[in-house]
Amino acid sequence: MGKKGIEIMVGVFVLMGMLGLAFLALKAANLGSVTGGDTYSLSARFDNVGGLKARAPVRSAGVLVGRVDSIELDPATFQGVVTLDIDKRYQFPKDTAAKILTSGLLGDQYIGLVPGGDDKNLVDGEAVAQTQSAVVLENLIGQFMTGRAESSGAAASEPAQ
Amino acid sequence: MLSRHPCENPPALENTPPLIEIDHVTFGYDSSRPILKDVTLRFPRGKVTAILGGSGCGKTTLLRLIGGVHAADKGRVVFDGHVINTRDQDQLYRLRRRLGMLFQFGALFTDLTVFDNVAFPLREHTTLSEPMIRDIVLMKLNAVGLRGAAGLRISEVSGGMARRIALARAIALDPELIMYDEPFAGLDLISMGVAAKLIRTLNDVTGATSLVVSHDVPECMSISDHVILLANQGRVVAQGTPAELMASTDPETRQFVRGEPDGPVKFHYPAPEIDADFGLGGVTHRAASIGDRA
Amino acid sequence: MNAVARIGVIALEQFRGWGHAVFFLLDLLRAVPASLSRFGLVVAQIHAIGVRSLVIIMASGLAVGFVLALQMYYALVTYGAAESLGLIVNLSLVRELSPVVTALLFAGRAGTSLTAEIGLMKAGEQIAAMEMMAIDPKSRVLAPRLLAGIVSMPILCVLFSAVGIIGAWSVAVLLIGVDAGNFWSIMQTQVDVWRDVGNGLVKACVFGVICTVVALYQGYETEATPEGVAYATTRTVVISSLWILGMDFVLTAMMFSTP
Repeated sequence: MGKKGIEIMVGVFVLMGMLGLAFLALKAANLGSVTGGDTYSLSARFDNVGGLKARAPVRSAGVLVGRVDSIELDPATFQGVVTLDIDKRYQFPKDTAAKILTSGLLGDQYIGLVPGGDDKNLVDGEAVAQTQSAVVLENLIGQFMTGRAESSGAAASEPAQ
Repeated sequence: MLSRHPCENPPALENTPPLIEIDHVTFGYDSSRPILKDVTLRFPRGKVTAILGGSGCGKTTLLRLIGGVHAADKGRVVFDGHVINTRDQDQLYRLRRRLGMLFQFGALFTDLTVFDNVAFPLREHTTLSEPMIRDIVLMKLNAVGLRGAAGLRISEVSGGMARRIALARAIALDPELIMYDEPFAGLDLISMGVAAKLIRTLNDVTGATSLVVSHDVPECMSISDHVILLANQGRVVAQGTPAELMASTDPETRQFVRGEPDGPVKFHYPAPEIDADFGLGGVTHRAASIGDRA
Repeated sequence: MNAVARIGVIALEQFRGWGHAVFFLLDLLRAVPASLSRFGLVVAQIHAIGVRSLVIIMASGLAVGFVLALQMYYALVTYGAAESLGLIVNLSLVRELSPVVTALLFAGRAGTSLTAEIGLMKAGEQIAAMEMMAIDPKSRVLAPRLLAGIVSMPILCVLFSAVGIIGAWSVAVLLIGVDAGNFWSIMQTQVDVWRDVGNGLVKACVFGVICTVVALYQGYETEATPEGVAYATTRTVVISSLWILGMDFVLTAMMFSTP
């Protein structure tokens, strides 16, 4: 086989590799969805981020609109500061609320955005004002037991946890 | 001619500065067993010098030292006035471009055709255009008589042809020094004659210096200007013109050039007394054995 | 020589061997830039190493895909999780099986041919002839093969995964009757391009380097006899395989331990 033939075959080989990679990335993985294109940043502060991790999904009405970029602790207020990358296609009003939710009963945690009714939208770099921290199971059980204790008519009222 | 001390330069040679000098060189692949011990030689410019000797006396090693493949443990190797320093890659590179080496079985590149083999040094070292390279390759192949074989693959070529192709490749860049490692080994008489003719003609026509390492006494004698006979560890047994060596009375030289089976180089490998080996204890007369001389 | 001294000698020999291999690798890397300028050589080697391995890699990928789909189906269907078949097959292939199996096959097919080729070139004094012609055999002969191996392995790995997934799809959807939509959609939401496919590719590159370097080293250092070359080719396969499996463990721990 001449030199030209060899070069053609190698070119085809590389092309096959690229097609295979494209197939894997698009058809068999999640590249088709967000975080390829343009995003803008929002931040949100939580008392407790629970099990939220970087690259966790951000959903609104169940639809994927972005990803968690980073999670840090603010040394001044000791709150968790979560940076979100939101797809530029989606704009949220200024009074949107960010909640840390769990997918399913015991699944991975993600951020849910519940839009408000404000005319003006959040811009790049703004903070989401209303947040709801993650539900910690122990606290939930504690509240439940405290609630049961109150409703059973016990005189002493414990300080709410 | 009388035998003279082997280390003197035979006065028959002209007084031109030698192309290569081996100066008190000691070398061994394994430092405890030197293959060459304190060897001093000079190779005159423009002549065919044959290096003869039995196996293992260091002839091929000498070629490797001249080519800069190994560094001498002691002493120095001088090529055209430059001391060879194997650590200096640039110097080695420049040096090797001036020499061509013919390996024992050709060492042709089996994945290339005959043409591509000869064109290899041209393509690697020069920026000549393909048409020019084609002309040069065909000229070199013509010089060795194989211009018609240019399109063959290496697997289709016989042993004698392979050597000639390797020779064409070795002279592709018109080197000043051509080294031949056992060019006659394993060839039939015709091919040997061809090889000898080529070596001699090339040397005369191009003015190059040729070094031929060989066992083959008759062919070497017929084409060389100067012959060096080595023994173990590179010890120089004799030096001179072919006629001088053929006429020498030194026993070692005579045994080698005449091919006598026993002499200073013994027929029998060192062994214990024959009686002891065969359990013939108590016998006082030794029976005559093959190696005994009258 | 008593046993302890003998162990010492063997250990020293091993260390010397490894040191020699490291110097060989450094020389090889130093020769890479020179061979990049002769890209035609690299292309020819990609053909010899990569293109010629295509058939075995893709056939194996298909077979592995078939078998994975079957086996995983029988395991998953007892938990009612047959819909996740695509996801399981994809992750198994892309994260682990593709890089490792492709590398093992590559070592067997391309690695042995490299070792034999270089060993025979050495035995026939072709390497020495090149040196005498002031041509560095490392940049003309060895480095192009190294580059070709590094380029070919990831491509072959990707093709193994792709063909494997298609094979699994054909068994799962066409043969068994798993829902096609779920097969792909669950896979698409759960398989992360950078983490899973990307890391698999990184593994493939690392394995490509390992296989090619081992093959070249064994060929270059072999004795110039037929037995020597034969011995060297088997050593290539054994040493490559052990390194691949060992590095796979290390890489998996590095890449996939934190979710």
